[in-house]
Amino acid sequence: MKVNKDGNGYTFAFSIILVIVVGVILSSLSIGLKPLKKANVEVKKKMSILSALGVESTRKDGSDKYEKYIKDSYVISHNGVLQENLPEEKQAFSLDVQKQFRDKTIKVEDRLYPIFEAEKDGTTLFVLPVVGKGLWGPIWGFVALADDYETIVGTSFDHKGETPGLGAEIAQSFFEDRYIDEKIAINGSFTPISVVQNGSGFEDQKVDGITGGTITSKGVEKMVNETMEVYYKYFSKNK
Amino acid sequence: MSTTEEKVKAPKEPLFSKKNKRLITDPLSDNNPITIQVLGICSALAITVQVEQAFWMSVSVIFVMVFGNLIVSLLRNLIPSRVRIIVQLVIVASLVIIVNECLQAFVPDVSEKLSVFVGLIITNCIIMGRFEAFAMSNKPFPSILDAVGNAIGYAWILVLVALIREVFGSGKIWGAAIFGNNLPGEESGLYALGYVNNNMMILPPMALIVVGVIIWIQRTRNKDLVEEH
Repeated sequence: MKVNKDGNGYTFAFSIILVIVVGVILSSLSIGLKPLKKANVEVKKKMSILSALGVESTRKDGSDKYEKYIKDSYVISHNGVLQENLPEEKQAFSLDVQKQFRDKTIKVEDRLYPIFEAEKDGTTLFVLPVVGKGLWGPIWGFVALADDYETIVGTSFDHKGETPGLGAEIAQSFFEDRYIDEKIAINGSFTPISVVQNGSGFEDQKVDGITGGTITSKGVEKMVNETMEVYYKYFSKNK
Repeated sequence: MSTTEEKVKAPKEPLFSKKNKRLITDPLSDNNPITIQVLGICSALAITVQVEQAFWMSVSVIFVMVFGNLIVSLLRNLIPSRVRIIVQLVIVASLVIIVNECLQAFVPDVSEKLSVFVGLIITNCIIMGRFEAFAMSNKPFPSILDAVGNAIGYAWILVLVALIREVFGSGKIWGAAIFGNNLPGEESGLYALGYVNNNMMILPPMALIVVGVIIWIQRTRNKDLVEEH
Protein backbone atom coordinates (compact mmCIF):
# COMPACT_ATOMS: atom_id res chain seq x y z
CA MET A 1 0.00 0.00 0.00
CA LYS A 2 1.35 3.35 -1.00
CA VAL A 3 1.05 6.02 1.71
CA ASN A 4 0.69 9.63 0.69
CA LYS A 5 3.29 11.30 2.88
CA ASP A 6 2.08 14.79 2.06
CA GLY A 7 -1.50 14.04 3.07
CA ASN A 8 -3.11 15.39 6.20
CA GLY A 9 -3.85 11.90 7.52
CA TYR A 10 -0.22 10.85 7.44
CA THR A 11 0.99 14.12 8.99
CA PHE A 12 -1.49 13.82 11.85
CA ALA A 13 -0.77 10.14 12.44
CA PHE A 14 2.98 10.75 12.47
CA SER A 15 2.65 13.65 14.88
CA ILE A 16 0.38 11.73 17.25
CA ILE A 17 2.65 8.69 17.34
CA LEU A 18 5.74 10.87 17.84
CA VAL A 19 4.18 12.73 20.75
CA ILE A 20 3.01 9.52 22.44
CA VAL A 21 6.43 7.88 22.10
CA VAL A 22 8.27 10.96 23.36
CA GLY A 23 5.78 11.42 26.19
CA VAL A 24 6.16 7.85 27.42
CA ILE A 25 9.98 8.00 27.29
CA LEU A 26 10.22 11.32 29.12
CA SER A 27 7.66 10.56 31.81
CA SER A 28 9.15 7.16 32.62
CA LEU A 29 12.63 8.73 32.83
CA SER A 30 11.32 11.44 35.11
CA ILE A 31 9.60 8.94 37.42
CA GLY A 32 12.63 6.64 37.38
CA LEU A 33 15.03 9.38 38.44
CA LYS A 34 12.69 10.94 41.01
CA PRO A 35 14.18 9.25 44.13
CA LEU A 36 17.69 10.40 43.16
CA LYS A 37 16.57 13.96 42.49
CA LYS A 38 14.62 14.05 45.76
CA ALA A 39 17.68 12.90 47.71
CA ASN A 40 19.76 15.63 46.04
CA VAL A 41 17.23 18.29 46.99
CA GLU A 42 17.19 17.07 50.60
CA VAL A 43 20.98 17.16 50.93
CA LYS A 44 21.00 20.62 49.40
CA LYS A 45 18.50 21.77 52.05
CA LYS A 46 20.67 20.34 54.81
CA MET A 47 23.70 22.10 53.32
CA SER A 48 21.83 25.42 53.30
CA ILE A 49 20.81 25.00 56.95
CA LEU A 50 24.42 24.20 57.87
CA SER A 51 25.66 27.14 55.82
CA ALA A 52 23.48 29.55 57.85
CA LEU A 53 25.20 28.12 60.93
CA GLY A 54 28.57 28.86 59.38
CA VAL A 55 29.37 25.18 58.85
CA GLU A 56 30.86 24.25 55.47
CA SER A 57 29.60 20.98 54.05
CA THR A 58 29.66 19.03 50.81
CA ARG A 59 27.07 16.78 49.23
CA LYS A 60 28.93 13.81 50.67
CA ASP A 61 29.09 14.83 54.33
CA GLY A 62 26.00 17.10 54.36
CA SER A 63 23.71 14.50 55.93
CA ASP A 64 26.23 13.41 58.58
CA LYS A 65 27.02 16.95 59.62
CA TYR A 66 23.32 17.75 59.75
CA GLU A 67 22.81 14.87 62.19
CA LYS A 68 25.76 16.13 64.22
CA TYR A 69 24.71 19.78 64.59
CA ILE A 70 20.91 19.79 64.45
CA LYS A 71 19.60 18.53 67.79
CA ASP A 72 15.89 19.24 67.54
CA SER A 73 13.30 20.64 65.16
CA TYR A 74 9.73 21.72 65.63
CA VAL A 75 7.02 23.79 63.96
CA ILE A 76 5.18 26.91 65.11
CA SER A 77 2.06 28.62 63.78
CA HIS A 78 1.73 32.14 62.41
CA ASN A 79 0.76 33.33 65.90
CA GLY A 80 3.90 31.88 67.41
CA VAL A 81 2.29 28.83 69.03
CA LEU A 82 4.13 25.52 69.09
CA GLN A 83 2.34 22.93 66.94
CA GLU A 84 2.21 19.30 67.99
CA ASN A 85 1.03 16.03 66.45
CA LEU A 86 1.53 17.21 62.89
CA PRO A 87 1.30 14.76 59.98
CA GLU A 88 4.54 13.54 58.40
CA GLU A 89 4.57 16.03 55.50
CA LYS A 90 4.24 18.97 57.90
CA GLN A 91 7.15 18.01 60.15
CA ALA A 92 9.91 20.63 60.34
CA PHE A 93 12.23 19.13 57.72
CA SER A 94 9.69 17.82 55.23
CA LEU A 95 7.48 20.92 55.36
CA ASP A 96 7.89 22.70 52.02
CA VAL A 97 7.78 26.37 53.07
CA GLN A 98 8.27 27.51 49.48
CA LYS A 99 5.23 25.59 48.29
CA GLN A 100 3.25 26.90 51.25
CA PHE A 101 4.28 30.45 50.32
CA ARG A 102 3.22 29.96 46.69
CA ASP A 103 -0.06 28.23 47.49
CA LYS A 104 -2.73 30.92 47.37
CA THR A 105 -5.31 28.62 48.95
CA ILE A 106 -3.39 28.62 52.25
CA LYS A 107 -4.15 31.79 54.21
CA VAL A 108 -1.20 33.72 55.65
CA GLU A 109 -2.48 33.01 59.17
CA ASP A 110 -2.50 29.27 58.45
CA ARG A 111 1.15 29.08 57.38
CA LEU A 112 3.49 26.94 59.46
CA TYR A 113 7.03 27.93 60.42
CA PRO A 114 9.73 25.32 61.17
CA ILE A 115 12.54 25.90 63.67
CA PHE A 116 15.78 23.91 63.63
CA GLU A 117 17.59 23.92 66.93
CA ALA A 118 21.34 23.47 66.52
CA GLU A 119 24.24 23.14 68.88
CA LYS A 120 27.56 24.60 67.82
CA ASP A 121 30.60 25.21 70.03
CA GLY A 122 28.50 24.64 73.15
CA THR A 123 25.85 27.25 72.39
CA THR A 124 22.35 26.77 71.07
CA LEU A 125 21.47 28.39 67.74
CA PHE A 126 18.13 28.55 65.97
CA VAL A 127 17.97 28.14 62.20
CA LEU A 128 14.85 29.63 60.66
CA PRO A 129 13.77 29.23 57.03
CA VAL A 130 12.63 32.33 55.15
CA VAL A 131 10.79 32.60 51.82
CA GLY A 132 10.05 35.61 49.65
CA LYS A 133 9.89 37.09 46.20
CA GLY A 134 12.79 38.43 44.16
CA LEU A 135 12.56 40.18 40.82
CA TRP A 136 12.05 37.15 38.56
CA GLY A 137 10.97 34.43 40.91
CA PRO A 138 11.11 33.01 44.41
CA ILE A 139 13.99 33.64 46.79
CA TRP A 140 14.54 31.71 49.99
CA GLY A 141 17.08 30.98 52.65
CA PHE A 142 17.86 30.35 56.29
CA VAL A 143 18.63 32.76 59.12
CA ALA A 144 20.50 31.57 62.22
CA LEU A 145 19.75 33.29 65.54
CA ALA A 146 21.92 33.20 68.67
CA ASP A 147 20.57 32.01 72.00
CA ASP A 148 19.64 35.56 73.02
CA TYR A 149 16.83 35.06 70.45
CA GLU A 150 17.61 38.34 68.68
CA THR A 151 21.14 38.43 67.22
CA ILE A 152 21.65 37.04 63.72
CA VAL A 153 24.77 34.87 63.57
CA GLY A 154 24.54 33.80 59.95
CA THR A 155 22.34 33.59 56.87
CA SER A 156 22.25 31.69 53.62
CA PHE A 157 20.14 32.85 50.71
CA ASP A 158 19.28 31.26 47.41
CA HIS A 159 17.12 32.10 44.43
CA LYS A 160 15.48 30.50 41.43
CA GLY A 161 16.40 32.83 38.59
CA GLU A 162 17.67 36.24 39.66
CA THR A 163 19.96 38.04 37.20
CA PRO A 164 23.54 36.70 37.42
CA GLY A 165 25.92 39.39 38.64
CA LEU A 166 23.06 41.54 39.99
CA GLY A 167 20.20 40.07 42.01
CA ALA A 168 21.84 36.63 42.04
CA GLU A 169 24.61 38.06 44.24
CA ILE A 170 22.32 37.65 47.28
CA ALA A 171 23.50 34.04 47.36
CA GLN A 172 27.16 35.13 47.72
CA SER A 173 28.75 35.08 51.15
CA PHE A 174 29.76 38.77 51.01
CA PHE A 175 26.08 39.71 51.03
CA GLU A 176 24.93 37.00 53.44
CA ASP A 177 27.59 38.06 55.94
CA ARG A 178 26.24 41.62 56.05
CA TYR A 179 23.37 40.32 58.17
CA ILE A 180 25.70 38.98 60.86
CA ASP A 181 25.34 40.77 64.22
CA GLU A 182 22.18 42.60 63.19
CA LYS A 183 19.37 42.29 65.74
CA ILE A 184 15.76 41.39 65.04
CA ALA A 185 14.60 42.88 68.34
CA ILE A 186 15.60 45.80 70.56
CA ASN A 187 14.53 46.00 74.20
CA GLY A 188 12.24 43.03 73.76
CA SER A 189 10.21 44.29 70.81
CA PHE A 190 10.57 43.25 67.18
CA THR A 191 12.55 45.74 65.07
CA PRO A 192 12.91 45.39 61.29
CA ILE A 193 16.29 45.39 59.55
CA SER A 194 16.29 47.58 56.46
CA VAL A 195 18.29 47.04 53.27
CA VAL A 196 19.67 50.44 52.26
CA GLN A 197 21.02 51.98 49.06
CA ASN A 198 23.04 54.85 50.47
CA GLY A 199 25.96 52.85 51.83
CA SER A 200 24.95 53.33 55.47
CA GLY A 201 24.90 49.58 56.07
CA PHE A 202 27.43 49.89 58.89
CA GLU A 203 24.75 51.47 61.11
CA ASP A 204 22.58 49.33 63.39
CA GLN A 205 19.51 47.69 61.84
CA LYS A 206 20.82 48.48 58.35
CA VAL A 207 22.31 46.25 55.64
CA ASP A 208 23.79 47.46 52.34
CA GLY A 209 21.84 46.30 49.30
CA ILE A 210 23.31 45.17 45.98
CA THR A 211 23.91 47.74 43.26
CA GLY A 212 21.74 46.90 40.26
CA GLY A 213 19.83 44.37 42.32
CA THR A 214 17.54 46.72 44.20
CA ILE A 215 14.32 44.79 43.75
CA THR A 216 15.95 41.53 44.81
CA SER A 217 17.63 43.24 47.80
CA LYS A 218 14.30 44.74 48.85
CA GLY A 219 12.79 41.28 48.44
CA VAL A 220 15.36 39.94 50.91
CA GLU A 221 14.50 42.76 53.33
CA LYS A 222 10.78 42.01 53.17
CA MET A 223 11.34 38.26 53.41
CA VAL A 224 13.59 38.48 56.48
CA ASN A 225 11.46 41.05 58.31
CA GLU A 226 8.10 39.40 57.72
CA THR A 227 9.33 35.98 58.76
CA MET A 228 11.43 37.12 61.72
CA GLU A 229 8.41 38.98 63.12
CA VAL A 230 6.51 35.69 63.29
CA TYR A 231 9.41 33.82 64.88
CA TYR A 232 9.98 36.59 67.40
CA LYS A 233 6.38 36.19 68.59
CA TYR A 234 7.30 32.64 69.58
CA PHE A 235 10.71 33.47 71.04
CA SER A 236 9.49 36.43 73.13
CA LYS A 237 6.89 34.16 74.74
CA ASN A 238 9.30 31.30 75.36
CA LYS A 239 12.50 33.03 76.46
CA MET B 1 18.54 -10.35 -11.14
CA SER B 2 17.61 -7.40 -9.04
CA THR B 3 20.14 -8.21 -6.36
CA THR B 4 23.08 -8.16 -8.74
CA GLU B 5 21.86 -4.90 -10.18
CA GLU B 6 21.80 -3.30 -6.76
CA LYS B 7 25.31 -4.47 -6.06
CA VAL B 8 26.55 -2.77 -9.18
CA LYS B 9 24.64 0.40 -8.42
CA ALA B 10 25.92 0.87 -4.90
CA PRO B 11 29.54 -0.12 -4.37
CA LYS B 12 30.02 -0.22 -0.63
CA GLU B 13 31.67 2.87 0.70
CA PRO B 14 34.47 2.24 3.21
CA LEU B 15 33.48 3.17 6.76
CA PHE B 16 36.02 5.96 7.02
CA SER B 17 36.29 7.11 3.44
CA LYS B 18 37.88 10.44 2.60
CA LYS B 19 34.44 12.01 2.39
CA ASN B 20 33.45 10.67 5.80
CA LYS B 21 36.68 11.81 7.41
CA ARG B 22 36.11 15.30 6.12
CA LEU B 23 32.72 15.31 7.85
CA ILE B 24 34.58 15.19 11.14
CA THR B 25 37.64 17.30 10.36
CA ASP B 26 36.01 20.19 8.48
CA PRO B 27 33.92 21.53 11.37
CA LEU B 28 36.96 21.41 13.66
CA SER B 29 38.72 24.21 11.79
CA ASP B 30 37.85 25.36 8.26
CA ASN B 31 34.10 25.12 8.75
CA ASN B 32 33.88 25.59 12.50
CA PRO B 33 30.31 26.25 13.64
CA ILE B 34 31.33 29.06 16.01
CA THR B 35 34.23 30.82 14.32
CA ILE B 36 33.25 30.40 10.66
CA GLN B 37 29.49 29.92 10.62
CA VAL B 38 29.09 32.08 13.74
CA LEU B 39 26.33 29.87 15.15
CA GLY B 40 25.74 29.01 18.81
CA ILE B 41 27.41 32.24 19.89
CA CYS B 42 24.93 32.91 22.70
CA SER B 43 26.01 29.93 24.76
CA ALA B 44 29.66 30.58 23.91
CA LEU B 45 29.30 33.95 25.62
CA ALA B 46 27.18 32.84 28.53
CA ILE B 47 28.85 29.80 30.03
CA THR B 48 32.53 30.26 29.32
CA VAL B 49 33.42 31.85 32.66
CA GLN B 50 34.65 28.52 34.04
CA VAL B 51 36.14 25.51 32.27
CA GLU B 52 34.00 23.09 34.25
CA GLN B 53 30.75 24.63 33.03
CA ALA B 54 31.99 24.82 29.47
CA PHE B 55 33.03 21.16 29.64
CA TRP B 56 29.66 19.92 30.86
CA MET B 57 27.86 22.14 28.38
CA SER B 58 29.99 20.62 25.62
CA VAL B 59 29.25 17.08 26.80
CA SER B 60 25.53 17.86 26.81
CA VAL B 61 25.67 19.37 23.33
CA ILE B 62 27.67 16.40 21.96
CA PHE B 63 25.07 13.99 23.36
CA VAL B 64 22.08 15.93 22.02
CA MET B 65 23.74 16.45 18.66
CA VAL B 66 24.84 12.85 18.03
CA PHE B 67 21.56 11.24 19.07
CA GLY B 68 19.52 13.99 17.43
CA ASN B 69 21.30 13.65 14.11
CA LEU B 70 21.01 9.86 14.31
CA ILE B 71 17.28 9.91 15.07
CA VAL B 72 16.49 12.52 12.44
CA SER B 73 18.52 10.60 9.89
CA LEU B 74 16.75 7.31 10.70
CA LEU B 75 13.37 8.99 10.39
CA ARG B 76 14.29 11.15 7.41
CA ASN B 77 12.09 9.23 4.97
CA LEU B 78 9.17 9.10 7.38
CA ILE B 79 9.05 12.71 8.58
CA PRO B 80 6.24 14.58 6.77
CA SER B 81 7.95 17.51 5.07
CA ARG B 82 5.32 20.04 6.10
CA VAL B 83 5.94 19.55 9.82
CA ARG B 84 9.62 18.62 9.66
CA ILE B 85 10.87 21.63 11.64
CA ILE B 86 8.39 20.91 14.44
CA VAL B 87 9.40 17.24 14.46
CA GLN B 88 13.07 18.26 14.69
CA LEU B 89 12.23 20.61 17.57
CA VAL B 90 10.40 17.85 19.42
CA ILE B 91 13.45 15.60 19.04
CA VAL B 92 15.92 18.26 20.29
CA ALA B 93 13.63 19.24 23.14
CA SER B 94 13.19 15.65 24.30
CA LEU B 95 16.92 14.96 24.20
CA VAL B 96 17.62 18.15 26.14
CA ILE B 97 15.07 17.17 28.80
CA ILE B 98 16.76 13.76 29.08
CA VAL B 99 20.14 15.49 29.56
CA ASN B 100 18.68 17.88 32.12
CA GLU B 101 17.05 15.08 34.12
CA CYS B 102 20.28 13.07 34.15
CA LEU B 103 22.34 16.08 35.25
CA GLN B 104 19.89 16.80 38.07
CA ALA B 105 19.98 13.21 39.24
CA PHE B 106 23.68 12.37 38.88
CA VAL B 107 25.68 15.63 38.92
CA PRO B 108 23.42 18.08 40.81
CA ASP B 109 26.18 20.65 41.34
CA VAL B 110 26.80 20.93 37.62
CA SER B 111 23.08 21.12 36.99
CA GLU B 112 22.86 24.06 39.41
CA LYS B 113 25.70 25.87 37.70
CA LEU B 114 24.38 25.41 34.18
CA SER B 115 20.82 26.15 35.36
CA VAL B 116 18.83 27.56 32.46
CA PHE B 117 21.54 27.11 29.86
CA VAL B 118 20.87 23.37 29.51
CA GLY B 119 17.32 24.20 28.49
CA LEU B 120 18.65 26.73 26.03
CA ILE B 121 20.51 23.98 24.11
CA ILE B 122 17.14 23.57 22.38
CA THR B 123 17.63 26.95 20.75
CA ASN B 124 21.28 26.32 19.79
CA CYS B 125 21.27 27.08 16.09
CA ILE B 126 24.06 24.57 15.37
CA ILE B 127 21.82 21.65 16.31
CA MET B 128 18.76 22.64 14.29
CA GLY B 129 21.09 23.65 11.49
CA ARG B 130 22.72 20.22 11.26
CA PHE B 131 19.35 18.41 11.50
CA GLU B 132 17.91 20.40 8.64
CA ALA B 133 21.01 20.74 6.48
CA PHE B 134 22.58 17.32 6.93
CA ALA B 135 20.65 14.63 8.78
CA MET B 136 17.42 15.15 6.78
CA SER B 137 19.19 14.14 3.58
CA ASN B 138 21.94 11.73 4.64
CA LYS B 139 22.31 8.20 5.94
CA PRO B 140 22.67 7.51 9.68
CA PHE B 141 26.42 6.84 9.78
CA PRO B 142 27.57 9.99 7.98
CA SER B 143 25.04 11.90 10.11
CA ILE B 144 26.69 10.66 13.29
CA LEU B 145 30.11 11.69 11.97
CA ASP B 146 28.75 15.08 10.99
CA ALA B 147 27.27 15.50 14.48
CA VAL B 148 30.50 14.47 16.20
CA GLY B 149 32.50 16.85 14.04
CA ASN B 150 30.27 19.85 14.59
CA ALA B 151 29.74 19.20 18.29
CA ILE B 152 33.47 18.86 18.92
CA GLY B 153 34.12 21.89 16.74
CA TYR B 154 31.75 23.77 19.07
CA ALA B 155 33.18 22.14 22.20
CA TRP B 156 36.84 22.92 21.67
CA ILE B 157 36.20 26.61 21.02
CA LEU B 158 33.97 26.71 24.11
CA VAL B 159 36.57 25.09 26.34
CA LEU B 160 39.39 27.22 24.92
CA VAL B 161 37.48 30.46 25.53
CA ALA B 162 36.55 29.27 29.03
CA LEU B 163 40.18 28.38 29.75
CA ILE B 164 41.40 31.84 28.73
CA ARG B 165 38.66 33.55 30.72
CA GLU B 166 39.08 31.44 33.84
CA VAL B 167 42.87 31.74 33.92
CA PHE B 168 42.96 35.52 33.45
CA GLY B 169 39.64 36.32 35.10
CA SER B 170 39.81 34.23 38.25
CA GLY B 171 43.36 32.82 38.22
CA LYS B 172 42.04 29.26 38.26
CA ILE B 173 41.76 26.18 36.08
CA TRP B 174 38.76 23.93 36.76
CA GLY B 175 38.31 25.74 40.09
CA ALA B 176 41.90 25.10 41.25
CA ALA B 177 43.97 28.22 41.96
CA ILE B 178 47.11 28.37 39.80
CA PHE B 179 48.59 31.74 40.75
CA GLY B 180 48.29 31.33 44.52
CA ASN B 181 45.86 32.64 47.09
CA ASN B 182 44.23 36.02 46.50
CA LEU B 183 42.14 36.35 49.67
CA PRO B 184 42.60 39.87 51.02
CA GLY B 185 45.19 39.85 53.79
CA GLU B 186 46.62 36.41 53.05
CA GLU B 187 47.92 36.73 49.50
CA SER B 188 50.47 34.22 48.30
CA GLY B 189 52.18 33.30 45.04
CA LEU B 190 51.81 35.82 42.22
CA TYR B 191 49.24 37.82 44.16
CA ALA B 192 51.83 38.58 46.85
CA LEU B 193 53.91 40.22 44.07
CA GLY B 194 51.03 42.50 43.17
CA TYR B 195 49.32 40.52 40.40
CA VAL B 196 45.61 41.27 40.06
CA ASN B 197 42.96 39.22 38.27
CA ASN B 198 41.39 40.92 35.27
CA ASN B 199 37.77 41.17 36.36
CA MET B 200 36.72 42.23 32.89
CA MET B 201 37.47 38.68 31.67
CA ILE B 202 34.50 37.44 33.69
CA LEU B 203 32.08 39.80 31.95
CA PRO B 204 30.26 38.55 28.80
CA PRO B 205 31.77 41.15 26.39
CA MET B 206 35.22 39.61 26.90
CA ALA B 207 33.92 36.28 25.60
CA LEU B 208 32.98 38.02 22.38
CA ILE B 209 36.41 39.63 22.16
CA VAL B 210 38.17 36.30 22.86
CA VAL B 211 36.10 34.58 20.16
CA GLY B 212 36.96 37.50 17.87
CA VAL B 213 40.66 37.02 18.50
CA ILE B 214 40.36 33.28 17.74
CA ILE B 215 38.59 34.12 14.46
CA TRP B 216 41.33 36.63 13.64
CA ILE B 217 44.13 34.11 14.28
CA GLN B 218 42.31 31.46 12.26
CA ARG B 219 41.82 33.76 9.24
CA THR B 220 45.37 35.02 9.37
CA ARG B 221 46.60 31.44 9.11
CA ASN B 222 44.19 30.47 6.33
CA LYS B 223 43.53 33.28 3.85
CA ASP B 224 40.89 31.19 2.01
CA LEU B 225 38.54 31.81 4.90
CA VAL B 226 38.51 35.57 4.43
CA GLU B 227 35.30 36.58 2.66
CA GLU B 228 35.54 38.89 -0.32
CA HIS B 229 33.54 42.07 -0.23
